[in-house]
Amino acid sequence: MTFIRRFLEKYRVGSTLTLALLAFIWLIPTVGLLITSWREKTTAQTSGWWEAITHFADQEWTTIAYREMINGGDLGTSFISSLAVTIPATVLPLLFAAYAAYGFTFMRFKGREIYFSIIIGLLVVPLQAALVPVLKMFISFTEKTGIPISGQYAAAWIVHATFAMPLAIYILRNYMSTIPVALIEAARVDGASNFTIFWRLVFPMSVPALASFSIFQFLWVWNDYLIAFVFVGNEHPVLTYTLLSMLGQHSEGWQTVAAGSFISLSVPLLVFFSLQRYFVRGLTAGAVK
Amino acid sequence: MKDLFGAVEAIVIGILATLFLYWLGNLIVRKLPRKVRLALEPYVFIGPVLLIIGGFLVWPVLQSVRLSFMEEDLAGQTTWVGFKNFKDLFSEDYFWGMIVNNILWIAIVPIVTVVVGLAMAQFANNVGTRREKFFKSIFFMPMTISFVSAAVIWRYLYAYAPDGQEQVGLLNFLWTKLGGAPQAWMQLQQFKINDLLMMVIFVWLNAGFSMVLLSAAIKSVPEDTLEAGRVDGASSAQIFFKIILPQIWPTALAVFITTVIGAMKIFDIVLAMTGGNYGTTVLAQTFFVEYFSYGNTGKAMAAVVLLMAAITPVMIYQIRHYKKMEAAR
Repeated sequence: MTFIRRFLEKYRVGSTLTLALLAFIWLIPTVGLLITSWREKTTAQTSGWWEAITHFADQEWTTIAYREMINGGDLGTSFISSLAVTIPATVLPLLFAAYAAYGFTFMRFKGREIYFSIIIGLLVVPLQAALVPVLKMFISFTEKTGIPISGQYAAAWIVHATFAMPLAIYILRNYMSTIPVALIEAARVDGASNFTIFWRLVFPMSVPALASFSIFQFLWVWNDYLIAFVFVGNEHPVLTYTLLSMLGQHSEGWQTVAAGSFISLSVPLLVFFSLQRYFVRGLTAGAVK
Repeated sequence: MKDLFGAVEAIVIGILATLFLYWLGNLIVRKLPRKVRLALEPYVFIGPVLLIIGGFLVWPVLQSVRLSFMEEDLAGQTTWVGFKNFKDLFSEDYFWGMIVNNILWIAIVPIVTVVVGLAMAQFANNVGTRREKFFKSIFFMPMTISFVSAAVIWRYLYAYAPDGQEQVGLLNFLWTKLGGAPQAWMQLQQFKINDLLMMVIFVWLNAGFSMVLLSAAIKSVPEDTLEAGRVDGASSAQIFFKIILPQIWPTALAVFITTVIGAMKIFDIVLAMTGGNYGTTVLAQTFFVEYFSYGNTGKAMAAVVLLMAAITPVMIYQIRHYKKMEAAR
């Protein structure tokens, strides 16, 4: 008996089995859909995906759903639209936020605490609260100048960048305040301007925090539906938009929606598995959103 | 492809423009006398952000509040109507059901998310680095998934086929194997089952987040406090509840608050799973439907104002908490 107990304890069998059970539950929904995406239309409609495992050899495995989605469907163009929305909406807020975070961390001015408190407060404001007036603003701008905004990528860039700003400033400020003030003071004594200190010292030192935020923001924008729906809509449908409208119809069968879903998942999963470390660090830094 | 070039172009132009903006601001400020310079220089750094946040976030939020007291006609003209929009919203059939749903989301989801995340973190902490990494990746993976993809995944799991047909949804398959009649789960309003099944999705998506933060907290619990417990002969359950839990309490609270905010704002899951039908609507969903489906600006804004009112206490708590942290720094 003691031998068994020692074995159980040494290899942590209890904890491992509990984790394995949880992991099984956590994976099942996704695995089911993944298997379905490789099945053929009629079998996917008439039998559950688990039967594809129990009858592994009899099952016809095919990538036809993926090929249909990429060649025939709107998913190819949606993929491009998603990239076109996401990349600028990730890069553009970075510089603004880094500058502001520097100001909040290393400079003294009147109202600093009040401004920063407002930014903390804005972290939790639901974006629905600002949506309609911003939309109206874009529309009246277009009426006055003739320059279209709403329905263009630029609208989504502006809105995403703005809503990302409070969290970005918060994360970056938290990170920058770990930089020793003595370092900044020393540079000041040597006659360096704030502009120089920012570019030569603080910005390069903040790269890990900048990376964390970028990953976070990239995933957030890529996965967003609401802003894409309101500001870009069906003029340049992004992946989430196309996928949700497909889900409304799904007369083509589950395997096509499943394939579409995994095409849209591929990018976040790639980002996640290659940059997991930074992603986790970003989460720990900005646990407010 | 043309769109991608547009995106790259926007990045290049955007970056150059911002660089120029800050460079110019810096240049002007440097020409000024020292006293004025010191007063103005901070605004070169924070000014642009204050303008952006003020113009595209703070001002619109205030506008939303104003619009909740206005009625808008087809031409876009607004007139003051006092609390009419709120009264209209309160007298809707769905109103109290919606409030109950919001309360249920807040009451159930955050606690479950924290407890599940805590269990994951504690067990993963026990099994050595390799296994820990492996399991954590699995729990964490749903965090990268969009609500829409999650809805696809879970609508498939909850899928329904009439009795006699083959069930392709896992839940109905298991349910019929246990002897039940197949159910259209998302339409099942008794005991709010459809709501609860949507909450499962939220927990599935967010438990990984909870786990990561709590795991970091557990790892920072000083080893000597654990050792002291072991020397005194405490069981591992006692060590967890009496030694670890009190020390990670602030983190658990932070995760809880974050999840409360998420649960209050819940929208995407409801939209994608039921569209707010079958008695599952929530404040943010009502805003969406009233504005984008019915064009009731006033009523939609009233729903948003209620949502903001619910979030305000959390917001005040956050600001106070931050100030306390700053004071302790």
